[in-house]
Amino acid sequence: MKSHVWRPLWVLLGVIALALVARHFVVPSDFGVGERGFMYGFHRKSNEDDWKAFKVKYLTKEYCKECHEDKYESNMASKHNLIECENCHGPAIDHPDNPAKLVIDKSRALCIRCHAKLPYPTSHRGEIKGINPDEHNPGEECSMCHDPHKPDME
Amino acid sequence: MTNMKLTRRDFIMTAVKGAAVAALPLSAFKILSPSEAKAAIKEANVRWGFLVDTHKCVGCGFCVKACKNENEVPYDVPVTRTWVERYVVLKDGKTLIDTPHGGREGFTEQKVQEKDVDPKNIAKAFFVPKLCNQCENPPCVQVCPVGATYQTGNGVVLVDRTWCIGCGYCIMACPYGARFFHPIHKVAEKCTFCYHRITKGMKTACVDACPFGARKIGNLKDPNDPVTKIVMTERIGILKDAFGTKPQVFYLGLDDNVR
Ligand code: HEC
Ligand code: HEC
Ligand code: HEC
Ligand code: HEC
Repeated sequence: MKSHVWRPLWVLLGVIALALVARHFVVPSDFGVGERGFMYGFHRKSNEDDWKAFKVKYLTKEYCKECHEDKYESNMASKHNLIECENCHGPAIDHPDNPAKLVIDKSRALCIRCHAKLPYPTSHRGEIKGINPDEHNPGEECSMCHDPHKPDME
Repeated sequence: MTNMKLTRRDFIMTAVKGAAVAALPLSAFKILSPSEAKAAIKEANVRWGFLVDTHKCVGCGFCVKACKNENEVPYDVPVTRTWVERYVVLKDGKTLIDTPHGGREGFTEQKVQEKDVDPKNIAKAFFVPKLCNQCENPPCVQVCPVGATYQTGNGVVLVDRTWCIGCGYCIMACPYGARFFHPIHKVAEKCTFCYHRITKGMKTACVDACPFGARKIGNLKDPNDPVTKIVMTERIGILKDAFGTKPQVFYLGLDDNVR
């Protein structure tokens, strides 16, 4: 037993022991094998709650209805009824507390996302009424002539 | 014979060492217990799945905009959890593909990759929204060296931001290019199926943003779920079937040009 040959072995065992003790304190106690087994489910359980607690920002039309009923009603009765208010006005988050007002984007870029004519067979894009932005009243805001909430032209 | 003699000193030393080894916290080995691993695998009654209808997508890019805002992915940095690709297949068989800014600002030009395209030469053209496939066998999870990315019981692959070391293996392992490095948190980042929304009974931000119903999310374990019904009854496609990753994002109207 006194042989110098054994010494590295004791050192090694000591290192392993230290690592395991350290691991015991560093690794969170809820770390373990989840529902999807060792290969896919090895994780810190409370991280699932971290993700669940993430802030919701987009609240959909039903939320706007409460306070902007006029806009909601006219929008729902139009050909634009399928577009969410927040697509054009940005996420509500805690509006009207924070932010007090939502963005009003009057840029042509907003409308031509759908209305720039693209002649694409087999895609619904080809069926939406399109304009050529370079020719259809260039330089003017679309909302000067069209109501963005109710653009119907009869 | 004589060299087998055990002195008192040797005896005490050996005993102390032996006791130290035996006293190692047994809990440190817990993770490798197979019986515990087996007991943990329960049958969940929710499996989130996604359905994309490429006929309906018009390339407005509102899904990308909503996703970035909802999930705090910096708007002007060229990384995104979901994106929209445009495919323009010409009559001579050539295919032009692009996704300017991931489709964030929509597709407003007829030019594809700065090149003019004569409408008369277009055989078919369409948009394909893409996002993490939340694979049944996620290769990105397998390669994580620290257990920072994992699959929940309901099938969503998440990243633990406090545990990720940013090594980037998972980003390389994903065959769909769905992962990237988060410029602020400095960890691997990916689509979570808006875990904070779906677990509250809401739809994902991209599904709510889509005006045309090109994106849908549902519970594949519920036979009455509209998404499940379509997946069970219609002809659907998945991306890169041959990789064996078993994607849970299904496509209607998938073209052979889409990879
Ligand atoms: C609880 C009531 C409430 C709800 C819900 C609400 N708003 Fe508002 N909104 C307000 C108030 C109050 C203002 C401030 C009006 C002002 O100062 O002129 C405002 C202002 C706005 C403005 C700016 C108007 C302007 O003239 O500058 C927009 C755009 C807007 N809201 C859009 C929305 C949208 C879209 C939703 C749904 C996601 C929504 N709001 C939900 C109360 C509400
Ligand atoms: C297609 C994009 C689009 C959609 C969808 C949309 N808006 Fe607007 N909204 C605009 C634009 C553009 C203006 C600026 C109008 C103007 O300049 O006259 C505006 C103006 C407003 C204003 C303030 C100006 C005013 O006339 O009082 C409110 C409030 C508002 N929108 C609420 C809503 C609500 C609520 C919805 C959903 C029901 C909605 N918007 C949907 C584009 C949109
Ligand atoms: C100066 C007023 C004016 C401005 C600005 C304007 N338009 Fe128009 N738009 C019209 C008139 C008038 C018509 C109906 C006659 C026609 O088809 O040209 C029309 C028609 C349309 C149509 C229906 C085309 C069809 O095939 O029936 C769409 C879509 C449209 N506009 C979108 C837009 C968009 C998007 C913008 C902004 C980029 C815009 N317009 C700016 C006046 C305007
Ligand atoms: C999300 C895509 C989308 C966006 C963004 C959008 N529209 Fe539309 N728009 C539609 C659809 C869908 C229709 C329904 C008729 C159709 O298929 O052409 C329509 C119809 C119209 C029409 C024709 C109505 C008629 O009676 O034929 C006009 C004009 C119009 N939109 C103007 C605008 C303006 C102005 C904006 C920007 C404020 C805008 N649109 C933004 C999708 C969009």
